[in-house]
Amino acid sequence: MTSKAELQSIEEENRELEKERAKIARDGPDLTGAALAARLERTWRRPPGIVGWLSTVDHKEIGRRYIVTALIFLALGGALSILMRLQLARPDSNLISAARYNELFTMHGSTMMFLFAVPVMEGVALYVIPLIIGTRNGTFPRLNAFSYYLYLFGGLMLWGAFALNIAPDVGWFAYPPLSGPEFSPGKRADVWAQMITFTEVSALAAAVVLVTTILKARAPGMTLARMPLYAWAMLVVAVMIIFSMPAIALCSSMLISDRLVGTHFYNAAEHGDPLLWQHLFWFFGHPEVYIIFLPATGFVSVIVETFCRRPIFAYPVVVLALVSTGILSFGLWVHHMFATGLPRVGYSFYTAASMTVAIPTGLQIFCWLATMWDGRPRFAVPMLHVVGFIVTFVIGGLTGVMVAAVPLDLQLHDTYFVVAHFHYVLIGGAVFPLLGALTYWYPKITGRMMSETLGKIGFWMIFLGFQLAFFPMHIAGMMGMPRRVYTYPAGLGLELPNLLSTIGALVVALAVLLFVINGVVSLYRGAIAPDDPWDAASLEWATSSPPPVYNFAHIPVVESRTPLWDVDGELPVVTGLRVDDKEQLLTTVVDAEPDVREPIPEASPWPFISAVATGVLFISSIFSPWAIPVGAIPVAIALTAWFWPKDMKRQPEPVII
Amino acid sequence: MKTKRVTAATLTLQLGACSYQTYQSDFANAGVEDRQFLILFWIFVAVCVAMYVLVIIFLIAGIARRRRAGDANVVETGRHHQSHPLLRGGLIGWAALVSTGLVGLAIASFFADRTMANAAANEKLSITVTGKQWWWDIQYNAADVSKTMRTANELHLPVGVPVRILLRSDDVIHSFWVPSFVGKQDLIPGRDTDVSFTPTKVGIFRGQCAEFCGVEHAHMAFVVDVEPYGDFIKWWERQLQEAQPPSTPLALVGYNYVTTRECATCHTISGTPTGGRVGPDLTHLASRHSIAAGTLPMGEGNLYGWVEDPQSIKPGSKMPTIDLEPSDLHAVVAYLETLK
Repeated sequence: MTSKAELQSIEEENRELEKERAKIARDGPDLTGAALAARLERTWRRPPGIVGWLSTVDHKEIGRRYIVTALIFLALGGALSILMRLQLARPDSNLISAARYNELFTMHGSTMMFLFAVPVMEGVALYVIPLIIGTRNGTFPRLNAFSYYLYLFGGLMLWGAFALNIAPDVGWFAYPPLSGPEFSPGKRADVWAQMITFTEVSALAAAVVLVTTILKARAPGMTLARMPLYAWAMLVVAVMIIFSMPAIALCSSMLISDRLVGTHFYNAAEHGDPLLWQHLFWFFGHPEVYIIFLPATGFVSVIVETFCRRPIFAYPVVVLALVSTGILSFGLWVHHMFATGLPRVGYSFYTAASMTVAIPTGLQIFCWLATMWDGRPRFAVPMLHVVGFIVTFVIGGLTGVMVAAVPLDLQLHDTYFVVAHFHYVLIGGAVFPLLGALTYWYPKITGRMMSETLGKIGFWMIFLGFQLAFFPMHIAGMMGMPRRVYTYPAGLGLELPNLLSTIGALVVALAVLLFVINGVVSLYRGAIAPDDPWDAASLEWATSSPPPVYNFAHIPVVESRTPLWDVDGELPVVTGLRVDDKEQLLTTVVDAEPDVREPIPEASPWPFISAVATGVLFISSIFSPWAIPVGAIPVAIALTAWFWPKDMKRQPEPVII
Repeated sequence: MKTKRVTAATLTLQLGACSYQTYQSDFANAGVEDRQFLILFWIFVAVCVAMYVLVIIFLIAGIARRRRAGDANVVETGRHHQSHPLLRGGLIGWAALVSTGLVGLAIASFFADRTMANAAANEKLSITVTGKQWWWDIQYNAADVSKTMRTANELHLPVGVPVRILLRSDDVIHSFWVPSFVGKQDLIPGRDTDVSFTPTKVGIFRGQCAEFCGVEHAHMAFVVDVEPYGDFIKWWERQLQEAQPPSTPLALVGYNYVTTRECATCHTISGTPTGGRVGPDLTHLASRHSIAAGTLPMGEGNLYGWVEDPQSIKPGSKMPTIDLEPSDLHAVVAYLETLK
């Protein structure tokens, strides 16, 4: 016989179970196929209209906007480079004035680094990562929306300033004292510094979203050891952003305060130090290069795997290479400062550290080539870009080894040799894989295929045009051409390399234009894409093209590194997520075991409004320090509204097995 | 604007001293340090080309192997696929090769660096160069203060003598670079830096600011005239002399203008009542190879052009365009031409 108390506790337990069952019933166990899709669609779709458009928290919409915006900035930055190349086509040219030219290269560098390269890598990741790891949305989706709007406003401010003829003219690394109050009166340098503030806040927000998404939202069974290499690359990159951005936040804020309220952080006459800027800037600036490059290695790994029909050779080596590159990149910044007269023996350390980075990168290249050698590569457009990447990037990597050596760097530093080097690394190393990746994921994003013919023509144009544009720059640099000069005298032997560079740059511009045309035309005319047009192995291809707003009707379960290749027929799935509410399955960090069901925030206009308020604060603080306390009030109001607790009942719930 | 077209090229041709291979180029091999650089550079190029060729061979081999194997579109997955044993050995070999190559290059770089530091230890001549927006103030230092001498935008150096250049800046960061001799060294406000080198070839060379320093960064160059030791000493002696008094009536008018009007605010001509330190010292202006920090070759026509309208030749330069009467312009140029 059981006691009354025991009976009571059993009843209590039963009631609890009943409650849990009621919840489970909300996952719609009887719904399948179209009915399930319709129910989920109803739960997940955002409000209609312009307010709904501004309120969206869907990672796909935000990712698409990031990518499109970044590509527009690529076009703008590229147009500036064409203007510069026209000016440099002939010696002693008067096409563009010195002052205007200085604005052009500042705008070109700042746009490409801060408004194109980093955001486009974040944008692709924000779109692809939740799909490739098998979840319904990124974590902190409102933060995600906030990051996009801040980025957009930063870019609009910089280009608005350019249109108003107050564009910055102190170079993309804005060394003080030149950028300080004494030598750059007016607002040009402030515009640059505040653009940095916008992009660093935006990048930090996106990085937080990426780290948490990758660590906590992976499909069940996708342990760290089974994670796609692209997710690994983005995890490393997002962590690097979190560690490097505070350095530039600090140094640009000190510049702003030097200019705005007369502090003397960089004023040698008042015991400040101009070199402080260089240390802090390059402590950010060097990791920045890898923040741009490592996502591209992720693209390459994904593309090589898909088109060689083999898992990447030596997966653990590639992962370790990514992680060690990320760590090493924080120990190299002084190699940008070899000419500043720091102690020479100390320089040797940075030479060694800089050369060390070549080891993990060299190993990654071996692993890709080994996968190709062992596999059956199909040379579709994305794979062509990978081949172009290897042929080009390796040259940039090797010239990187050269400039790591102090005696070589002292001659090559700040010349066109370095201009050639970093374009080989950034265009060859990051833009080629990016174009490949955009072609690769285009069918997933739009539901249509890009034209293969146009893609191949475009590839050969950009590949050959690039070599013509940038290889001669090595020689121009060796022949004594410093960077950032608006003209050069005739008679130094610089005429021919510069003319070739200009012709090559025009070809590259045409190729980029062709890519854009291909992208736009294919949107309407492209062949309809199946779910998995490339017969790829990762989870983003397990859903429709384009994916539904909720990504996956059921979260897939992963049992290997290449799930779609290893499972015949349907992927195994987990069920039990609500259909009547937006919910996401969070899993454990290492083993990806189901952890909690996390409610996903509803669409909200407040991230947009907060970004507007923050943007007003940033821009008005260019003109008055009072903008900071006064402008903080609307920001506080908007953030309060954003975080106002609306639905106390929505709590993370444990997974019931 | 005819003068604008006549630039350093003409200067080179006029002097007939150097071709562009040595005028301003890493390939000039005109100094001990540049020679070290070139040796190290070609070592690096050789190693890097070898590595690059290996990568490309592997890439081509991969593509060729696939061609041989046919176009079988077979997926081999993680669970069933075993990578080729050759590749596993290859990975270890590749890691070893890359590491060995890098260690070798790092050691070569270290020793080149130490060798290049030798010039500083053997310093025979000390010069202080101060970077200004956008010209170079140059002071030749001597133990005997009466031998210390000031000039601008032109270095004269004795061939084969190690020289140490002390670098200062009063405004923004500049970088001292004469590619034919030695690599860069920045001039940083609030810091004392220096660069040492030993020129080994007689001739005219060109140096240029290598750190972006503002609107006319592209026109912040200077001429380096490397001479036999005797010629160098003669040059120094001549530079120590005060400016000659004007010898013609026209030059006298020019002298009066220069010493009493706008020019004297910024420029110094020793032996005259001028003392401005904002612009270059003009005492021996006409003996120099160039005007306006390497912007124009020295010559009567270019002097006219520069004095009349510096802002159209070097926009943003600190030298203002003064509305000179034509008679004053003739006189000023006539006087400046006497400053040999």
